[in-house]
Amino acid sequence: MLIFVLKRIGFMLLTMVVVSILLFLLLEIDIRGVATMVLGPYSSEEQRDIWLQQNGYLDPLYERYLRWLGNFVTGDFGESIRFKTPVSEILWPRLWNTAILGFWTFAVMIPISLILGILAGMNEGSKLDRSISVTSIITTSVPEFASAVFLSTIFVFWWKLLPGTSSMSDGFNFRELMLPVMVLVIYDFGYVARMTRASMAEVMTTHYIRTAVLKGLPYRKVILKHALRNALIAPFTVIMLQINWLLSGVIVVEFAFAYKGFGALLLEASLTSDIFMIEACAMVAVFVAVATQTIADVGYTYLNPRIRFS
Amino acid sequence: MAFKFDEGAPVLEIKDLNLSYWTRAGEIPAVIDFSLTVHKGESIGLVGESGCGKSTVAMAIMQYMGSNGTIKSGSIKFKGVELTELNEEELRHLRGKHISMIYQEPFAALNPSLTLGNQLKEVLITHEDLSGAEAYDRAVQMLTDVRLPDPERVMAAYPHQISGGQQQRVVIAMGLMSSPSLLLLDEPTTALDVTVEAGITKLIAEISRKFGTSQIYISHNLGLILEVCDRVFVMYSGEVVEEGTINSLFTWPKHPYTHGLFGCIPLPTADKNASPLQPIPGQLPLPHERPPGCNFGPRCDFFQDGRCDRGVVGMDSVTGTSATDHRVRCVRWTEIDYGAEVAHGEAKQPMEFGDTVLEVDNMQKYYEVHDRSIAAIISGESVKFVKANEAINFSAREGETVAIVGESGCGKSTFAKVLMGLETATEGAVRHEGKDIAEIPVRERDPKQIGKLQMVFQNPFDTLNPSHTVGGQIARVIKKFGVEQDKDKIRDRVMKLLDIVKLPRDFYYRRPRQLSGGQKQRIGIARAFAGNPSMVIADEPVSALDVSVAAAVTELLMEIQREHKTTLLFISHDLSVVRYLADRIVVMYLGQIMERGTTTEIFDPPYHPYTEALLSAVPIADPEVTKREILLEGNLPSVLNPPKGCPFSTRCPRKIGKICDEDRPPVQMASEGHAIACHIPLEELRRVEPVIRVPQEDERVHVKEASA
Amino acid sequence: MANSTTTTLPAQTTGAALMRALKSFALLRESWVGMFGAGIILLWALMAIFAPLLAPYEPNATLLAYQRPPWWPGMEVAEGTPTFLLGTDHVGRDILSRIVYGSQTVLIYAPLATFCAYAVGILMGLAAGYYRGWVDDVLSRIADIILSFPVLVLYVIIIATFGASPVNIVVAIIFASSPGIMRIVRGLVLDLRNRDYVAAAQTRGESSWRIMLVEILPNARGPLIVDACLRLGYVIITIGVLGFLGLGMPPPDPDWGGMVNETRQIALAFPHMTLFPCIAISSLILGFNLLADGLREISLRD
Repeated sequence: MLIFVLKRIGFMLLTMVVVSILLFLLLEIDIRGVATMVLGPYSSEEQRDIWLQQNGYLDPLYERYLRWLGNFVTGDFGESIRFKTPVSEILWPRLWNTAILGFWTFAVMIPISLILGILAGMNEGSKLDRSISVTSIITTSVPEFASAVFLSTIFVFWWKLLPGTSSMSDGFNFRELMLPVMVLVIYDFGYVARMTRASMAEVMTTHYIRTAVLKGLPYRKVILKHALRNALIAPFTVIMLQINWLLSGVIVVEFAFAYKGFGALLLEASLTSDIFMIEACAMVAVFVAVATQTIADVGYTYLNPRIRFS
Repeated sequence: MAFKFDEGAPVLEIKDLNLSYWTRAGEIPAVIDFSLTVHKGESIGLVGESGCGKSTVAMAIMQYMGSNGTIKSGSIKFKGVELTELNEEELRHLRGKHISMIYQEPFAALNPSLTLGNQLKEVLITHEDLSGAEAYDRAVQMLTDVRLPDPERVMAAYPHQISGGQQQRVVIAMGLMSSPSLLLLDEPTTALDVTVEAGITKLIAEISRKFGTSQIYISHNLGLILEVCDRVFVMYSGEVVEEGTINSLFTWPKHPYTHGLFGCIPLPTADKNASPLQPIPGQLPLPHERPPGCNFGPRCDFFQDGRCDRGVVGMDSVTGTSATDHRVRCVRWTEIDYGAEVAHGEAKQPMEFGDTVLEVDNMQKYYEVHDRSIAAIISGESVKFVKANEAINFSAREGETVAIVGESGCGKSTFAKVLMGLETATEGAVRHEGKDIAEIPVRERDPKQIGKLQMVFQNPFDTLNPSHTVGGQIARVIKKFGVEQDKDKIRDRVMKLLDIVKLPRDFYYRRPRQLSGGQKQRIGIARAFAGNPSMVIADEPVSALDVSVAAAVTELLMEIQREHKTTLLFISHDLSVVRYLADRIVVMYLGQIMERGTTTEIFDPPYHPYTEALLSAVPIADPEVTKREILLEGNLPSVLNPPKGCPFSTRCPRKIGKICDEDRPPVQMASEGHAIACHIPLEELRRVEPVIRVPQEDERVHVKEASA
Repeated sequence: MANSTTTTLPAQTTGAALMRALKSFALLRESWVGMFGAGIILLWALMAIFAPLLAPYEPNATLLAYQRPPWWPGMEVAEGTPTFLLGTDHVGRDILSRIVYGSQTVLIYAPLATFCAYAVGILMGLAAGYYRGWVDDVLSRIADIILSFPVLVLYVIIIATFGASPVNIVVAIIFASSPGIMRIVRGLVLDLRNRDYVAAAQTRGESSWRIMLVEILPNARGPLIVDACLRLGYVIITIGVLGFLGLGMPPPDPDWGGMVNETRQIALAFPHMTLFPCIAISSLILGFNLLADGLREISLRD
């Protein structure tokens, strides 16, 4: 088990290194391009040469990479071209805002999707099951930007209940958070619910559930003790991997509602070629994704006695 | 509780039960006109081929039919209580407390993420309101009663941590926890190895004696039923066709189907030349295509127009002879005289064997296994060798049938892979028609050579590629081996092969899913014989088929072999089949040959102690054959960690001491070609009594009665 | 019996094979969900094919100097101006025509990208699952690394670096989707390669690629077709989202996501400009998802 955890962590670090190399090559191999981006399109050739010289860009590629990596690990992400301040000063508050958004999304989505998924899976083929399935197909068919448009039209344009933007300029505002969270929940819950349903439905047809029923156990006990323990292993992994999806979703939602979060920051950085900001954002995103994947893998192993004791 | 037991009533009384399933095709009757009475302590056997409705009966008793199953009519009374009228809550009190069930696959029946102790205790906690500690003590006691060593350890274990045989003992213990009055056993040993099966069968036979539990034992194996039950019900296509006491039914089977079943089982008296198996022609009708009148009619040799296909055939009591409590569903049972017809199929001349086709010389196959645990890495023993095959020596001649027998993990499949070139041998030689192919992978073999050495696979359900037509698959083989090149000639050859395996020619365009298991296996045989092979390896070709189909496929395989003078290497776990068709036998255990010799040499002393145990473990469906009982202790050791000396030393009942644990046994030659790898001196092995005793023909009850 | 009539079997032609394909498609009739999905897709496909006939106006033409809401009965319009069923956008273009033409963009690039991603993913998955060993290790690691990116982050970085053009979008989709396809194919192959018919092919010395393509791949088609439908829906979402983020097809040609992007600033005043493209894209995705569900339901039946 310990070996397994260490291996997963080792693999996670390796992935991070490979990603960082790719990212570095993609964005910084063209040094003149970097200089142009930093100094602006109207800078002179000499200015760019001097800048390259001063910032060590004429050193061999691997030296530059290692120095870059060293800075990165110590939390120095460079200076944002757009904001003219250190990247980290912008990044961390934005990340915190996104974490708030993510927290509420999960807090709403997980109970809904697990309960619906379990109820549907318990009675495969029932009316409830069919309606949950169809609902989740419909909700996963609506892209986040489309549901943002639909919900805005309903809640903002027609009913005038909620604000149309969520910049939170006057501090934390729960009403502003509602639309972004709704959009993310609507898009994501269907997938988790369907996975939970599939897992539950599969467990309900296993022979050990039949054994439990034919032992004369009360139905509640069959479900709570025998079925859920096995049926919730797969959704656990799915939920952890959903964090990866959420990082995609927040880009759209934050853009749609002008929410000052991490996703919007990455998008703006990309559109304005703020390369050091892009690098930092991408590395943070990959770190979060790989870390949750690692937790999912380790957790899956831990929850599964068949793997845990072998 | 709303019901009250009548202790005077029979434990179970089923009357005129009709069960149906609803499918997309409409209503399908699964069980028709079924009646059965079980008294206290009685063991009832339900026997039949797949799809005959035997498991449906068990599920109906449990009132667990699924959403699409219904009881159309009839009654099921348990100690006087009508089960069909109980509600879910009342059933819950009954299930697990008064009626328990044991399942076919013990591993699937146990919850993988709960400890076994937890799963055992909850029966008592639910039904008897015991505290956890009391339940624990009772569970440990029950595990001891089903002879599980180290019950405390088992209580704390998860299902995957114990072996298949132990899992089944746990399931049995779970079923007995609350001392039920009725135990339903659905093929409880089918998923287990023969020697493990023997132990479980013995345990089941003891249960009714020890606990007074009545049993309904469901099986496809007549031999097992004979060992466990008092009465037997034979089912065919949803109906009971014959019922009676074990003695009466096994000695005087009256229904043509029952009689036919016995003709399909290789009994110790059968012989492939003198008295071949007599397969039942045709196939089981689909439930919605049952014929009018007798369901068995279309397959019956004694079918009479206008009598057998009219109206409903009822059960009739058998009178006369020494029949006791014996009933049969046949309008002509009084008229049929099985003695009058030729007792056995036509006898054939034994085959003449030609030159040596295959010679295996000290072949070894080791696999490297990487152990990635911390302890192994520290101690530097991270690479282990699995000795899948060790010192394999034998040869086979033209036209000869050599059988390799052994339980799971004995290395028989690895050996087949080396022969076919899917793996290469680690050491030694395998000469096929004089050429050493031990280290040549199949890709480097010449197509003609590959065609000379072909294989019939075990599982009929994936021996054929479901995406291609039957004809296309055979044609590909013909083309690949360069037998024919021309398109039309290939087609003709495929048609001929279809003729040879006795399938209609329009099967050419069929897809595998339109074929039954037996038909698929026939195509598999046609494919193997497409390249005119000198040798065919058959890896358990009939083990997944029903008895009557298996007999037909076995006979077909041997007929083609006889015609083409092919050498057949028959891999099997079933000694009775092997005895029937093999000329010579190789007995393997954990990758090593324990004994090899001709069939008679293997079945008569001197035996290797493992062969002896194996012989004793095979159930025989003949009440007049007697067997010496040898039960093996313990489990099959893991191939990863085999015993140091003789591989069988951990379970051997004749172990003579430390030498067995530490030294490799010497190969002793009992006669030319009969080798036994054992430390026990040959003289001692020669003094061992035969395991199976078959009565002489004139000693048999029915012969004596007929002559009296 | 069979011997007497030598080969009097009807020759099987490509016509028969076509009939079989049609028959298996007819199976879809048994699932109303699948039928409904297929219907939506068919509708959009027809719309794309007959766009020039169906669109009332030139999609990129500015027809009015001001925005107009969708038409309703009794709506009062200035004398002499034409009717716009779904209204006009911020620069006075007909929204209905733009949606109709926009279906062309989606229905060309999404299937193309999905198809290419499948070609790459299937080859990688076959190789990884069949050869196992180091081939599998290398391919799986590459897939793991690509999949460790949150998808949209990957798209944003790629498109931002290389620029937004149809080719770049398709390449980015292939790059980001094929590892997922590879994983699915690999899983199926790992199961199928243990079947006896594969062993039979191996024991007659067939080449590895023949075994992979002829013996294994056709038997994986069921789950792959279902997955392809779902993935096609997802690729449509991706194209839409990229358009919405301003990273999609370059203007002025109509693209549903782009239409939302261009008008979102004034959406609270004129919701119809964003609403209709969103309904269009959601319905098409719904079509593919329903079809996938129907196909899965049917494939589970037998």
